[in-house]
Amino acid sequence: MKLTLKIWRQKNKNAHGEMKTYQVDHISDDMSFLEMIDVLNEELVEKNDDPVAFDHDCREGICGMCSMVINGQPHGPGKGITTCQLHMREFNDGDTIYIEPFRADAFPIIKDLVVDRSAFDRIQQAGGFISVNTSGNTIDANAIPVPKENADTAFDSATCIGCGACVAACKNSSAILFVSAKVSQFALLPQGELERKERALKMVEQMDKEGFGSCTNIGDCAAECPKEISLENIARLNREYISATIKSK
Amino acid sequence: MSENKLNSKVPEGPLSDKWTNHKNHIRLVNPANKRQLEIIVVGTGLAGASAAASLAEMGYKVKTFCFQDSPRRAHSIAAQGGINAAKNYQNDGDSTYRLFYDTIKGGDYRSREANTYRLAEVSANIIDQCVAQGVPFAREYGGLLDNRSFGGVQVSRTFYAKGQTGQQLLLGAYSALNRQISKGNVTSYTRHEMLDLVLIEGKARGIIARNLITGEIERHAAHAVVLCTGGYGNVFFLSTNAMGSNVTAAWKAHKKGAFMANPCYTQIHPTCIPVSGHYQSKLTLMSESLRNDGRIWVPKKKEDVEAIRNGSKKPKDIPAEDRDYYLERRYPAFGNLVPRDVASRAAKERCDAGFGVNKTGEAVFLDFASSFERYGEIEAHVQGKHNATKEEIIALGKKVVEKKYGNLFQMYEKITAENPYETPMKIYPAVHYTMGGLWVDYNLMSTVPGLYVCGEANFSDHGANRLGASALMQGLADGYFVLPYTIGDYLADDIRTGKISTDLPEFKEAEEKVKETISKLFSIKGSESVDSFHKRLGKIMWDKCGMARNAQGLQEAIGEIRTLREEFWKNVRITGEPNELNNELEKAMRVADFLELGELMCVDALNRNESCGGHFREEYQTQDGEAKRDDGNFAHVAAWEFVGDPGKALLHKEELKFENIKLVQRSYK
Ligand SMILES: Cc1cc2nc3c(=O)[nH]c(=O)nc-3n(C[C@H](O)[C@H](O)[C@H](O)COP(=O)(O)OP(=O)(O)OC[C@H]3O[C@@H](n4cnc5c(N)ncnc54)[C@H](O)[C@@H]3O)c2cc1C
Ligand code: SF4
Ligand code: FES
Repeated sequence: MKLTLKIWRQKNKNAHGEMKTYQVDHISDDMSFLEMIDVLNEELVEKNDDPVAFDHDCREGICGMCSMVINGQPHGPGKGITTCQLHMREFNDGDTIYIEPFRADAFPIIKDLVVDRSAFDRIQQAGGFISVNTSGNTIDANAIPVPKENADTAFDSATCIGCGACVAACKNSSAILFVSAKVSQFALLPQGELERKERALKMVEQMDKEGFGSCTNIGDCAAECPKEISLENIARLNREYISATIKSK
Repeated sequence: MSENKLNSKVPEGPLSDKWTNHKNHIRLVNPANKRQLEIIVVGTGLAGASAAASLAEMGYKVKTFCFQDSPRRAHSIAAQGGINAAKNYQNDGDSTYRLFYDTIKGGDYRSREANTYRLAEVSANIIDQCVAQGVPFAREYGGLLDNRSFGGVQVSRTFYAKGQTGQQLLLGAYSALNRQISKGNVTSYTRHEMLDLVLIEGKARGIIARNLITGEIERHAAHAVVLCTGGYGNVFFLSTNAMGSNVTAAWKAHKKGAFMANPCYTQIHPTCIPVSGHYQSKLTLMSESLRNDGRIWVPKKKEDVEAIRNGSKKPKDIPAEDRDYYLERRYPAFGNLVPRDVASRAAKERCDAGFGVNKTGEAVFLDFASSFERYGEIEAHVQGKHNATKEEIIALGKKVVEKKYGNLFQMYEKITAENPYETPMKIYPAVHYTMGGLWVDYNLMSTVPGLYVCGEANFSDHGANRLGASALMQGLADGYFVLPYTIGDYLADDIRTGKISTDLPEFKEAEEKVKETISKLFSIKGSESVDSFHKRLGKIMWDKCGMARNAQGLQEAIGEIRTLREEFWKNVRITGEPNELNNELEKAMRVADFLELGELMCVDALNRNESCGGHFREEYQTQDGEAKRDDGNFAHVAAWEFVGDPGKALLHKEELKFENIKLVQRSYK
């Protein structure tokens, strides 16, 4: 198939960016979306043009590196997939496709479609851990049984890949879904119990510091999340946070 | 061969006491002194993140580096199946010795006994550690940890978190790392790529790294350097590795004196989604567990192959008597469950003979129809449906299969748009893991003093073939439990050294060389893209140093790679500029190193005149086409020393002594 691509090009953080138009031809159904961009880039290199910069690594939906807004949707059409899992059979010959970076004040653009998501790392550093040493001098793994239901729910929360689509999807650029997933995972496990209050407070505080917006219960985050992290996590975070603020006052 | 420079430093004493004794006698560094000592850890996968967190916790000052935008995105994140540990929770007779034995045998008797035993010994502790960190492993209804079986072993020792074990383990290590970052004990450099190792008076004392956002070339000094930079499977261009996985850090260390061990040992995984076209950028693994219930076949008749390729016949249209279930035919005892290397070679043999079932001729069927029927009949019986029709039975069977493999079937359908409940999957082998890597002694130190290597980047524990679920175990064992002890023995000499200055001439020289290479690449202004060179290299490697190798092919490959390398340095095109985010430059630096490594892999494969594990030399096979080891001449590690030309490396041999295990030939007939 033949496609028209409108792609956000921006030389660096401070440069002015704009949408540029490209044509690609001979795109097959079986190609992944990123392979289609590879084809375009190969052509751009041939013409001595600067290829489109984009983030990617695993190309199988798990590393959280890929991050494009395609026709207005973070990670494009399709439920529960990342950009790298999107295939060209979702498009038709002659389509025009709009490709933009994940946009948010807290995710400054580095170049073209590449954004800086280090704010997510700093939120995790603020409290996204259980304070145990790595010496191995801990109790046997089976010493504390964990109800299967809690373990499974904690796992579901832990599947967040830190991609930032939730932020890009949200009108307020809130990172609440991402933060709530981590807080939930640990709140649901006995090992995370001791620090749960402090963790919620610290992570939320850092989130605010990074310039993410606040949550107004729209739910676009969960709708676009490639790992289908549920809104229940946000409810759980709110409970954790409220009880923590009451305690700390 | 030259005089022996290899000292494995394996401690004396009985196998089971070596590690404990060694730890008891190792020198320690006191806490006040640790604060004066700096360590660079390159790589933040399971090995790197666990090592960095542990070292920082012990009191050292640590810097970590990764090329992704976050430490959490290292390639370890993609591991699916699970992690082994000799916990014996299932009470099925597992033990440290059994895990050790399985690993040595699985590696086709080409690994070092003492290291492998230690790996098995510390494995149980890994699980305790991860649970304490909040890793949500799968649990049974009673609340205890669940296990599954993996890769042909007779016990159930694999811990897992659905199909995302790697992600959960890495997030555990990442959280431990974050805790140390928040305390100021670790400084994390993301979007940074190590481009050279700096030696001062023969010791590893720092690295040169490129800031991938600004293009700035930076100097970083330390008292010791730890490489945890993963495997080099991407030398084949197509593999199941992440796109950025590369050999650069290890290769630069090799060129500065670290020996490269067994570079030809590559693991090719039999069940991956086949290549669909020339634009293909990477390959996706389908879990090995599918072979428990799928039957592998190709048509017997060439005309059926043609009909399937042109779409005039569907797989269903081929009657049973015209199908060749070639694994069941060749290996009646193990059938579809032969080990990875054997299954991969058998698929290649059929496709080379012209029986491949897709457009490219490189695919075989993995068919679940028999399982639908078998499970369906059992289910109908259980449900008391004695007069169920065939359709009803199959529908019931599909439900059972969906429960077991639903997510994998879904993933397959997402990629191929074919529904594996209706038509058999198509699969083909793909490069997956590299057992070879930088040579290390028992302390995980390379032949460069002060340079340590952990995880997939070292050659250590898996011999010529790695067992499923053992790479995650090794990465965490190295990082949490081995390196933090052994490195102290070396650093004990450095407590009076003081800070290493980046103003030393060695840093300046290394930095200038990196800058020179970069300007040279830009000055070529050729006409061929980096990817194009990478694909051409990959094709040579796959055709001549892949699943099956022979002397003639390897000799040809060596010549072709040398020519390709020359061409690359004359005709590669790199767009953009050096002082900005530049994906083309990043790729070019990596491909330049792959073009040298590829040659050494072929030299190593040519030199190893035997077949073992993932290394299959066609000249060395039994009458019925099985791998034939030569223990008399090749029970050694081949460690290569760089002496100016990648293909002219000097060979050093570490003889492997088997004192606790008897060597026997593997058979799966
Ligand atoms: C699809 C797939 C599934 C797998 N499933 C399993 C499984 O179920 N069980 C199992 O045991 N094993 C599995 N494996 C193997 C296992 O995942 C890897 O061997 C292991 O995770 C490697 O870990 P590592 O820490 O050594 O390196 P990696 O995780 O590869 O990390 C490498 C690190 O080095 C950094 N790096 C590399 N080069 C540079 C440089 N020049 N400069 C700076 N940084 C650099 C990277 O940024 C990264 O942080 C699987 C592998 C694949 C491909
Ligand atoms: S919550 Fe979902 S969208 Fe947000 S970072 Fe995690 S995986 Fe991505
Ligand atoms: S590239 Fe890893 S999730 Fe898309």
